[in-house]
Amino acid sequence: MSKSSYERVLANPKFHELCSKRSSFGWTLSIAMLVVYYAFVAVIAFDPALLAKPLSSSGVTSVGIPVGLAVIIFAFVITGVYVRRANSEFDELNRQIVEESK
Amino acid sequence: MRMSRISAALTGLAVSGFSTAALAAGSIDGAVQKQATNWTAIIMFVAFVLATLGITYWAARRTKSAKDFYAAGGGITGFQNGLAIAGDYMSAASFLGIAGLVFSAGFDGLIYSIGFLVGWPIILFLIAERLRNLGKFTFADVASFRFRQTPIRSMAASGTLVVVILYLIAQMVGAGKLIQLLFGLDYTIAVVLVGVLMVAYVMFGGMLATTWVQIIKAVLLLSGATFMAFMVMVKFGFSMEALFAKATEVSPKGIKLMAPGGLVSDPIDAISLGMALMFGTAGLPHILMRFFTVSDAKEARKSVFYATGFIGYFYILTFIIGFGAIVLVLNVPEFMAADGKGILGGTNMAAIHLSKAVGGDLFLGFISAVAFATILAVVSGLTLSGASAVSHDLYASVFRQGHANEAEEIRVSKLTTLVLGVIAIVLGIAFENQNIAFMVGLAFAIAASANFPVLFMSMFWKGLTTRGAFLGGFIGLITASVLVVLGPPIWKSVLGHPAAIFPYSNPAIFSMPLAFFCCWLFSKMDTSADAAKEQEAYGPQYVRSQTGIGAEGASEH
Repeated sequence: MSKSSYERVLANPKFHELCSKRSSFGWTLSIAMLVVYYAFVAVIAFDPALLAKPLSSSGVTSVGIPVGLAVIIFAFVITGVYVRRANSEFDELNRQIVEESK
Repeated sequence: MRMSRISAALTGLAVSGFSTAALAAGSIDGAVQKQATNWTAIIMFVAFVLATLGITYWAARRTKSAKDFYAAGGGITGFQNGLAIAGDYMSAASFLGIAGLVFSAGFDGLIYSIGFLVGWPIILFLIAERLRNLGKFTFADVASFRFRQTPIRSMAASGTLVVVILYLIAQMVGAGKLIQLLFGLDYTIAVVLVGVLMVAYVMFGGMLATTWVQIIKAVLLLSGATFMAFMVMVKFGFSMEALFAKATEVSPKGIKLMAPGGLVSDPIDAISLGMALMFGTAGLPHILMRFFTVSDAKEARKSVFYATGFIGYFYILTFIIGFGAIVLVLNVPEFMAADGKGILGGTNMAAIHLSKAVGGDLFLGFISAVAFATILAVVSGLTLSGASAVSHDLYASVFRQGHANEAEEIRVSKLTTLVLGVIAIVLGIAFENQNIAFMVGLAFAIAASANFPVLFMSMFWKGLTTRGAFLGGFIGLITASVLVVLGPPIWKSVLGHPAAIFPYSNPAIFSMPLAFFCCWLFSKMDTSADAAKEQEAYGPQYVRSQTGIGAEGASEH
């Protein structure tokens, strides 16, 4: 990267907009994933009986099963949410920044 | 038929302290009984080998530059790479080990699957784009971007090689045992065969052949597992409740299958394992390398999305397969061990037996061949990653100070591939009767404690300096290794001491924060002029990591 294009990018308000939007979005989703996962681990570690309870009085399926599956699905869905926004909104902004740096 | 020594080790994954054992579940621990030669499996496997060797021949003709060799020319699409990542990540450990864990411990198996999965979103949100925009062939390109090359590349290459060799040994020993069981081949022949094939793929076909081996294997494994789960669900009218009801009725664990069990014995260990799984994934060199095979950050993101979907789907299947095995394999005389204790070959064979129960000999042959293919795909990725660390990081950047030409670099890489193949075979044979259950756990702990902190800090913290990264990375590597040696997996289980000096099986909760702290501390203490320059260079690095200006593109052909 040449010195001048580096400076042009830094001077472009869109660059700062991109960085702050993308990083706050990325961190928000990361924290959401960490909270969901470590909440799950914490329940297993400190109150396993909560997950062991059966869903209904007649069945054997425990609360833990849908909760566990939900964690897996949650992980997939939030990657989809991120990719959707990054590949449209962020990439468009990025394209403009690259264009304007030339 | 030669009978080998039978040990009780296969009933492993016993509930207490199975944390690292399950991680290494790709390995079939302990001695196994050799089976009668399974011709269906052999024919299907030979078909797989011929197809992949054909691809290797095709790939070899397209692999000319270093970029072709290390990164498949950067021309893999996001979808293909997603499949290849899944193929790289869904090792025999995931398939046989987690199915076996579900089979023996029920719900606890799900806890493991989730731990293996949740690292992926984090990789996407925080690492994938920056990694793709900054790097070329190895994660050391990124970690050393603005630092002195010699120390940082040496550190990253050490982290890579340690992880790769530990992982390789676990895979080789697992492969030998598995093949002995499935195909009735001798252990040594099996290990040599795996070594020779992996060297052939990597040496001649580079990343392009490795990628396609991983893609094919992922497709085969996903279809096979889908069929098995489908057949199980058909028997229960697609009702999970009916499956669980029957499983809790026939299993000696009864209703406990539905509840968290062994993992809760120690909260610190549970959280530490969770950290190693989550952040270790983001520090595995062979996984990080896959991000350089796509053309840009957009495709890198798509790769993770598809990979997360495939891996998540696969773990759900594995969960059904494990429960299916409780119902259809347990207590069926055909699958029970001669002494009536447990199933033939141990719990890790649950999925294999289930394949026979739902699809007969033909499907058993298919799944056996897929299990073999799985190991080949994983070891190929590992070998390529180890070879790149030696040729690209150590030889070209450290030894030749950046003055090596591409042809030399590729030659060194191929030579290293050969050497790694020999090392893998020798160690695979040497460790035949060793307890290697700790190795994959250790590999994850080291990846989380050495590679990940340095990579992460180099991308996110302006203040990092060469000294901080070098010392932080090595301290993480050494601490993780020492704590594993002093902990229950080696001190107690392997060395036979009555009690471990370090009480936890998983060191990540200590070693990873320590590595971060040391990166910070030694960077802060570094007031040299070089350090100031490195901190200043964060600006241009940041712009490139965010926008991709100046990043490596795909090659033209």
